[in-house]
Amino acid sequence: MTELKAAASGVHGRGADEGRRLFQEWFADLTSAAERGEKAAYVFVMGSLVELLRCFDFNIVFPEINSLQTAVRKVSDDYLNLAEDHGFSPDVCGYVKADYAVQLRNGDHPMGRIPPPGLSVLTNACSTYVKWAEIWGRMYQDPVFTMDVPGSRVPVPLIGPNGAHTEVADAVRTIGDSARFEADRTYVEGQIRELIGVCEQVSGVSFDIDRCREVLRLTNQMGRAWRALLELNRNSPAPFDAMLEGTIYLGVANALRGTEEGARYFEDLVEEMEARVAAGMGPHGSGGESHRLVFVGVPCYPIFRRFYELFSEWGGTFATSTYTWFASGGLNLDFEYDLDRPIESLAEGVLRGVIEATDSLMFPDRALLQAIDDYDVEGVVYHPVKSCRTVSTGLAASRRVVLEARDVAALYIESDMMDKRVVSEAQLKNRIDAFFEGLQSRKLRKNRSAAAES
Amino acid sequence: MKPDRLLDLPAHSDLEESLKICRQVVQDVEFPTVRKWREGGGKVVGHFQVYFPEELAHAAGLLPVKVRGGAVERREADSHFGSYICSILQSSLELALTERLVIDLFVTHAICDAARNLAGIWARNLPQPARILYFPQNPNSSHALDYLEGEYRAVLEEIEEIAGRRVTDQELRRSMAVFNRNRQLLAELYAIKRDEPWLIAADEAYALVAIGGLIQRDEHNELLERLLPQIRMREAHAQDKMRVVFEGGFCEQPPLDLLQAISEFCYVVDDDLLIGLRWIIDDVPLEGPPLRNLADAYLNNSSYSPVQHDLRKPKEEMLLERIRGSDAEAAIISAAKMCEPGLDEQVAYSQELEQKGIPYFETEFEEKMTSFTHLQIQLETFVENVLFAWPSDEDARPLLVTKGGQW
Ligand code: SF4
Ligand code: SF4
Repeated sequence: MTELKAAASGVHGRGADEGRRLFQEWFADLTSAAERGEKAAYVFVMGSLVELLRCFDFNIVFPEINSLQTAVRKVSDDYLNLAEDHGFSPDVCGYVKADYAVQLRNGDHPMGRIPPPGLSVLTNACSTYVKWAEIWGRMYQDPVFTMDVPGSRVPVPLIGPNGAHTEVADAVRTIGDSARFEADRTYVEGQIRELIGVCEQVSGVSFDIDRCREVLRLTNQMGRAWRALLELNRNSPAPFDAMLEGTIYLGVANALRGTEEGARYFEDLVEEMEARVAAGMGPHGSGGESHRLVFVGVPCYPIFRRFYELFSEWGGTFATSTYTWFASGGLNLDFEYDLDRPIESLAEGVLRGVIEATDSLMFPDRALLQAIDDYDVEGVVYHPVKSCRTVSTGLAASRRVVLEARDVAALYIESDMMDKRVVSEAQLKNRIDAFFEGLQSRKLRKNRSAAAES
Repeated sequence: MKPDRLLDLPAHSDLEESLKICRQVVQDVEFPTVRKWREGGGKVVGHFQVYFPEELAHAAGLLPVKVRGGAVERREADSHFGSYICSILQSSLELALTERLVIDLFVTHAICDAARNLAGIWARNLPQPARILYFPQNPNSSHALDYLEGEYRAVLEEIEEIAGRRVTDQELRRSMAVFNRNRQLLAELYAIKRDEPWLIAADEAYALVAIGGLIQRDEHNELLERLLPQIRMREAHAQDKMRVVFEGGFCEQPPLDLLQAISEFCYVVDDDLLIGLRWIIDDVPLEGPPLRNLADAYLNNSSYSPVQHDLRKPKEEMLLERIRGSDAEAAIISAAKMCEPGLDEQVAYSQELEQKGIPYFETEFEEKMTSFTHLQIQLETFVENVLFAWPSDEDARPLLVTKGGQW
């Protein structure tokens, strides 16, 4: 065991350091591009079409990542205030506002300088993406391409009114309906072909299908490692905290999908986590974990580290987080691009990614119940945020269903992922402490009744 | 036996009485017309804001009902949502959960993420089917028309299932003719608002439009055909009120009393209230494939709203067109509280108006608000500023903005 621990400590933290380095490099590249007066292609994490954009040598910007970085670096207030001074309401998505302020400041960002958009590519996975891109269209008159990706038409909950279970749930979702799925895939493919024309026009680079194949191959490679990584957290102790570290890894996955470094990074990360598992090490070192949890929603970035500590101080570990599913651009799905049919398959990947993301936002309980079983968790932490109706609207309803269906505890805390004004650390702490006290007494009760039975 | 008439208007009721009854029914959260329809054995397709091709339901003999929330106390719906959600979603669910509004098929749209998720919450808590109609958010794609026609076909099949029978093309065409006529009549009503706004106040016009979402459109046509000439004959004289466009009523609806409060100082000469009922601008052709024609009209012959993305229709330019087209002097740029698309668009609108030097009054509203005194004071000040402090020389005009904020 000591040897295993030594091996694990040899690679311990490698992923975090390497992730930091890759991120810094990425921002340094963007800064140089901005300084050279270049523009960038802007793209989003849900329904990401970055693979296609890579075929045209664009500088790539993920505005969501830029915005959340302002919060993690504790300067989001400056950006939000500037946007609000320009008329934005305190109640709209903070990501949009932070980015708007970045644009007003000529790309000035705590991690460097962001080039302005020369092309924006988005899907309707989040309706706010559409409003967001319209803002750039007004500011820069850049071409905006909205890829329309229809989600499931008929929402069938796992548990319907009066507690009735729906076994056929999957069959009526678009994913389970082959004719509907193929029609939608063809629709998306048609739009991808139109987008290729736009990219060629904007970049002056001709589309090269072999290059596209190579990029997709690298995403496949990354996806395999990503899924292996999530899977490793089924171990106890879980080797990493899915809310804290998971979010950092998610950033790298989105930013570097379809690249050599990205694919390699995740393979190394899996190696590091395997070593942690073999040594019985969890995110809190070798102290094990007292409570396994699942995180639902978007983390509280303005106090990110502290937010994590409020749980970790009680020995709480997030074995999994819905964020690492719906915001991974479909990497969590058991799907690989078919390199013999790259465009057709890219359409399928985008469609699957968006449907799974939107379905899981509409019915978070479907995937949650599965996760509760797979990851053997005892508590579910819901963190709806003011900024994001996409993620937050269905959570209160989901909580009711999950509590009905599984013997778990649930905590429901509202704050924001950008706006410090609605983050009260003291209030959060009170609620979280009470939640863990409840978890502990549940455990005691269970142990007592198990002892009595034996 | 399905009733021919849903609106209980006394025989030979005059204009004033008819308007009063329409106003009452539009505000009645017990939905008497829908109740009457159901009591006669009729089925109902409830469609959430903004637009829905109601012709499909009408052709199948069902009653299309516009689900637009209501001023109802929320007892059951609250626990299904978080804190940062607009009112219309919560009140719409409340109406259904308390069985005030019983619907056989509920259709919502991905107009925003909150409305899309409503389908899930609906399906989880109500026994009747719910579905999402995804309108194309890339209407500029050459594939959008085929896609939307396919969606309409799928919705029609679900409607046929509820109706228990197939719908023929002939029936669809008949319904399209009824709705074409309805939009012509609504356009006439809006022409009166624009040309002789003293003849009909904003809240009265609203009630006349909104009642269409609660009765069969044939009946609505008859009502409008009877009342429009009476409106034109009304004894009323032009007053010195400011001509404004009201923008921001595409989804959640401001209370009628709010529109009445605005009418005290302004003539609302155009607006986007219930724009879905007036979404299609010209007649939909009756010859040719009906579903394709309807889909084509949605994409290529339609108005605008913050929840439809179309590169051909930059919304701020569309607003300018609305202001110019109605010869308005100013605009009221409003948004429902917590409405992401509405609030985002408010910024674009106000920036454009600032740039063009058009005075505007910016505010937020909520369907359940009841006090308007504050609004009236602010609006009165705004109107006075525009009317009296507004230089006749266009170049010398300062920017004039009033932020109403919370009323
Ligand atoms: S609303 Fe939510 S998903 Fe959409 S851009 Fe904002 S944070 Fe992202
Ligand atoms: S009022 Fe706004 S946020 Fe609410 S459902 Fe309508 S569009 Fe969505």
